[in-house]
Amino acid sequence: MIDKEQVHRVAHLARLELQPEEETQFEGQLNSILEYFEQLSELNTEDVAPTTRAIDVSNITRIDQLKSSPNREEILDCAPEREGDFFRVPKIMGEG
Amino acid sequence: MIEINAVDTLMTAAAPAKTEFEAVIGLETHCQLSTNTKIFSTSSTTFGATPNTHIDPVCMGMPGTLPVLNEKVLEYAVKTGLALNCQIAPYSKFDRKQYFYPDLPKNYQISQFDLPIAEHGHVNIELTDKKGEPLLDEKGKAVTKRIGVTRLHMEEDAGKLVHAGSDRLAGSTHSLVDYNRAGVALVEIVSEPDLRTGREAAEYAQEIRRIVRYLGVSDGNMQEGSLRCDVNISVRPKGREKFGTKVEIKNMNSFSAIQKAIDYEIERQVAAIERGDGDTIVQETRLWDESTQRTSSMRKKEGSSDYRYFPEPDLGPIEVSAEQKEAWKATLPELPAQKRLRYEAELGLSPYDARVLTDEKAVAEYFEAAIATGATAKLVANWVMGDIAAHLNANTGMVITELPLKPEMLAELIQLIDDGTISGKIAKEILPELLEKGGSAKAIVESKGLTQISDPAAIEAMIDELMEANPDKVEQFRAGKKKLQGFFVGQLMKKSGGRVDPKLSNQILAKKLKG
Repeated sequence: MIDKEQVHRVAHLARLELQPEEETQFEGQLNSILEYFEQLSELNTEDVAPTTRAIDVSNITRIDQLKSSPNREEILDCAPEREGDFFRVPKIMGEG
Repeated sequence: MIEINAVDTLMTAAAPAKTEFEAVIGLETHCQLSTNTKIFSTSSTTFGATPNTHIDPVCMGMPGTLPVLNEKVLEYAVKTGLALNCQIAPYSKFDRKQYFYPDLPKNYQISQFDLPIAEHGHVNIELTDKKGEPLLDEKGKAVTKRIGVTRLHMEEDAGKLVHAGSDRLAGSTHSLVDYNRAGVALVEIVSEPDLRTGREAAEYAQEIRRIVRYLGVSDGNMQEGSLRCDVNISVRPKGREKFGTKVEIKNMNSFSAIQKAIDYEIERQVAAIERGDGDTIVQETRLWDESTQRTSSMRKKEGSSDYRYFPEPDLGPIEVSAEQKEAWKATLPELPAQKRLRYEAELGLSPYDARVLTDEKAVAEYFEAAIATGATAKLVANWVMGDIAAHLNANTGMVITELPLKPEMLAELIQLIDDGTISGKIAKEILPELLEKGGSAKAIVESKGLTQISDPAAIEAMIDELMEANPDKVEQFRAGKKKLQGFFVGQLMKKSGGRVDPKLSNQILAKKLKG
């Protein structure tokens, strides 16, 4: 179970600004999601290795071959603010 | 004597017992891998390009894109792990590390958390003195120390920020971001807290650099940021188990800066404790400022749980088979520590010579190629560390592999001195030509008639001529002015163009002058 303080903390880490009524709303919603997943703990998983994915593949790699992207301008233009060759970001308040 | 000792004892007893402190230091070293392309996408990794030219939808985290691991990154990481005596994980995976900062285009960094590719390794470093020369034990062997390597993992680099309106973050009005470096492959090597001094830490970092350069997996260039060290440091009274409060220092871009930043930080922390202000040491990140030679606070350190790591869903796990691991292991070159030991044990070189010769792999290979022809190791070492090193230094940017004087040509030159064909003086005289153009020392010596004169009769004849030309000097010598033998040696060298055998000449000269 998570309380309002944890909702507040998670929101802060996600850089979300929540109104008090939203915090209450999300506390309820997040708890119901967690409860739903709690059902899984009814299963005995003692002899089951931790699973991080459903598809059983490993070692997917590519060769180290250069292929420049043609999308440079497009990507730069996606930014809210651009300054010449750079992405421009607002004043940074502190290190994250 | 007795009285002085008594006073000494009294004074020592009267002084308050001063607590001795020791520092506990661990290093996190980031090495940029020398791959052509980024870790998860096909953009270039070349340093110094126009901002944001090496970007692509994958490294910029555009919706719908999928990262794919560069096979060279895995190979290089495993090789580095093996060279650091690590265990290679048979099963490894990537994780997302979440934090918000403008240098991170995706708002998360793909890294490895609980299952890194390599763990439980170590490196043996040489302990050095103030001049950076190896400390020796009573048998004349280099003193080494084993530094544990906790782990090595693969991850992607972040972009670069330019703070506008000020050269510092604090005064800037906005920042500009260049993502050319975002997604470039790194290995992060975490040491155990086994280091105790700034000098040990700098030596450890240098050894890591030597190893990655020997392996060819990184250029280890600190100025370009290919090798970056973060230091974790705390101090405690000597003998205490418990660690003090840990502080992280960043922003050192040379080995000497690592050493100086640590020495400064030890002094700062010890002073705070001695003043009774130990509480002012807080867990934080401090930046080394090269211009003021100080560290200053940057931010309070967040606990690692704040990064909310979770398994990267876009990348499959990595399984390194025993066969693959052995195949990569078989390609590892002889490493610097192994070479140093071999040079000392098998070639009889001093720890100092072994250290200098093995610092760069190309120099070690040059040296080894020269002695492979049979030339004496110590003589080759002297030439490589002396005249050749000086020549390379004088020609900035020139590397030993580009030298026209090839190792076998140097060996030939040394052979000529060794068998008495030429004197050391003549060898030095023809060296500039060999360094510039290469060629056969033997051929140069023959074409210029520089072979050593070892025929006693020929030397005697020259001495007779000299004595005839300088009867006054001969007289003065015989009257007791023995120093004048030096004058005759000089004249003889001049007359013969430095070609006479010096030892033989001195013998004959002494006999002749006596009369």
